[in-house]
Amino acid sequence: MKTRLSLLLCAAALSTPGFSKPLKIELPPETARFKPGPGAELATAQCLACHSAEYITTQPPLPASFWKASIEKMQKKYGAQLSPDQTQALVDYLAPSSAAPDKK
Amino acid sequence: MDIPPVPVPPFARRDFLQRTAFLAAAAATSPWRLLAQETATLPFANGERPLVRYPQKRPLLRLTSRPPQLETPFAVFNEGPITPNDAFFVRYHLPQFPTEIDPDTYRVTIRGNVRTPLSLSLADLKKGFEEMELVAVNQCSGNSRGFFEPRVGGGQLGNGAMGNARWRGVRLKDVLEKAGVGSGAKQVTFNGLDQPVVAQTPDFVKALDIDHALDGEVMLAYGMNGEDLPLLNGYPLRLVVPGYYGTYWVKHLSEITVIDEVFDGFWMGTAYRIPNTPGACLPAGSAAKSTVPIGRFNVRSFITSPGDATTLPAGREMLVRGIAFDGGAGIREVLFSADDGRSWQAAQLGKDLGRYSFREWTLAFTPGVVGPLELKVKATNRLGESQPLEPLWNPAGYMRNVVETVRVHVAA
Repeated sequence: MKTRLSLLLCAAALSTPGFSKPLKIELPPETARFKPGPGAELATAQCLACHSAEYITTQPPLPASFWKASIEKMQKKYGAQLSPDQTQALVDYLAPSSAAPDKK
Repeated sequence: MDIPPVPVPPFARRDFLQRTAFLAAAAATSPWRLLAQETATLPFANGERPLVRYPQKRPLLRLTSRPPQLETPFAVFNEGPITPNDAFFVRYHLPQFPTEIDPDTYRVTIRGNVRTPLSLSLADLKKGFEEMELVAVNQCSGNSRGFFEPRVGGGQLGNGAMGNARWRGVRLKDVLEKAGVGSGAKQVTFNGLDQPVVAQTPDFVKALDIDHALDGEVMLAYGMNGEDLPLLNGYPLRLVVPGYYGTYWVKHLSEITVIDEVFDGFWMGTAYRIPNTPGACLPAGSAAKSTVPIGRFNVRSFITSPGDATTLPAGREMLVRGIAFDGGAGIREVLFSADDGRSWQAAQLGKDLGRYSFREWTLAFTPGVVGPLELKVKATNRLGESQPLEPLWNPAGYMRNVVETVRVHVAA
């Protein structure tokens, strides 16, 4: 309620010529979490450092090769710091959760 | 304009887990929680999305929360050709963006190969340059990705990562000419206030060829449908690149740089690239041999009413309606079929709001035989480009533009 009121006040201020106030918003809290299981803690610590869980939980069933390539992209392009063991543990955690047969 | 503190210290596990616990506790008691309970289900596997009300927005389908990605409920497109600001989709790439912005201290700089580098306030832009307005569609490259078969990774969007607005602002051309573009300029890069969490993640920077940047249509926009931009749509200033995918429409625009080479940063050189083939199409499941940066929209059209799974009374005339758009040639014709594409009927086009806008269309139709019925729509632009009856496929899930089908039931 407070947020909505302050937004209204901001909007009113901005529509007045020669007088403007900063526009400030408050984002709703992040609630998405990984489902429990071996690797969930690792995924929480590593993946959620940079983005919310829905980046993963909204994906369709995809093969393990997709998740392996995604994790490699996170390492090589986005700067994720993962040991080979951690990489494998993450693939094992993420791939069965989508459970698509791997064609390779 | 304060950049908010990094919400999660890079790879500091203990701090992070503590913060997660804090967030969970906050969520349990927050009023937001109540607002997040309604869901919408997109018609593909794993398509359930919470409907969440963000600041300055009505409840939208939340794809991701950090950074925010929000999709417009499809029914909004039946309300009219202009997408209201509070329903307009949201797509960020990087989670660090300011949630408080002071329009008085905001500056956009113009640098690089220019005679006079500039640092302009919003007031400078509004008083120093001719104002212009343009109605234009913004559409995410990956709009409709969730419908790809075989499925591809990425943001699993339905058809709601698009919107049409009346943008107000100034011409990029005028601003660049005031700075004075030097000889040998090849491209212009655009950066906004959004930032990565870790330094190794590439900043979100996009580039346009110099001729495109100087075409007089690319805008620095501060107005949207008669109001300021909502914060989540780039307040107080964003790039508007008419006819081009949303990836180029940099939000919270803060740095414009004229360069003498082709920019090869991650978001141009690696991401947002399409196969260099007709229709950007590949055999399903294969990889591209050669790619180019994504560019203009292809032709799309939608039936906005009746909606999927509607029951229609047999023998009673009704109005079918929808929208069509393309990358800027303008829509020439919209065709409708109720017999699986064997015969097509021309729809009546609505008011022309400009060649970059949604074009409304309507058609009087009387459902005949009782039972399931498929309704299809196909648009053609003024270049003769149209839409395929079977979907095209590419590995990134970009540029879907198949002839859309709405499945209804006709009842006695």
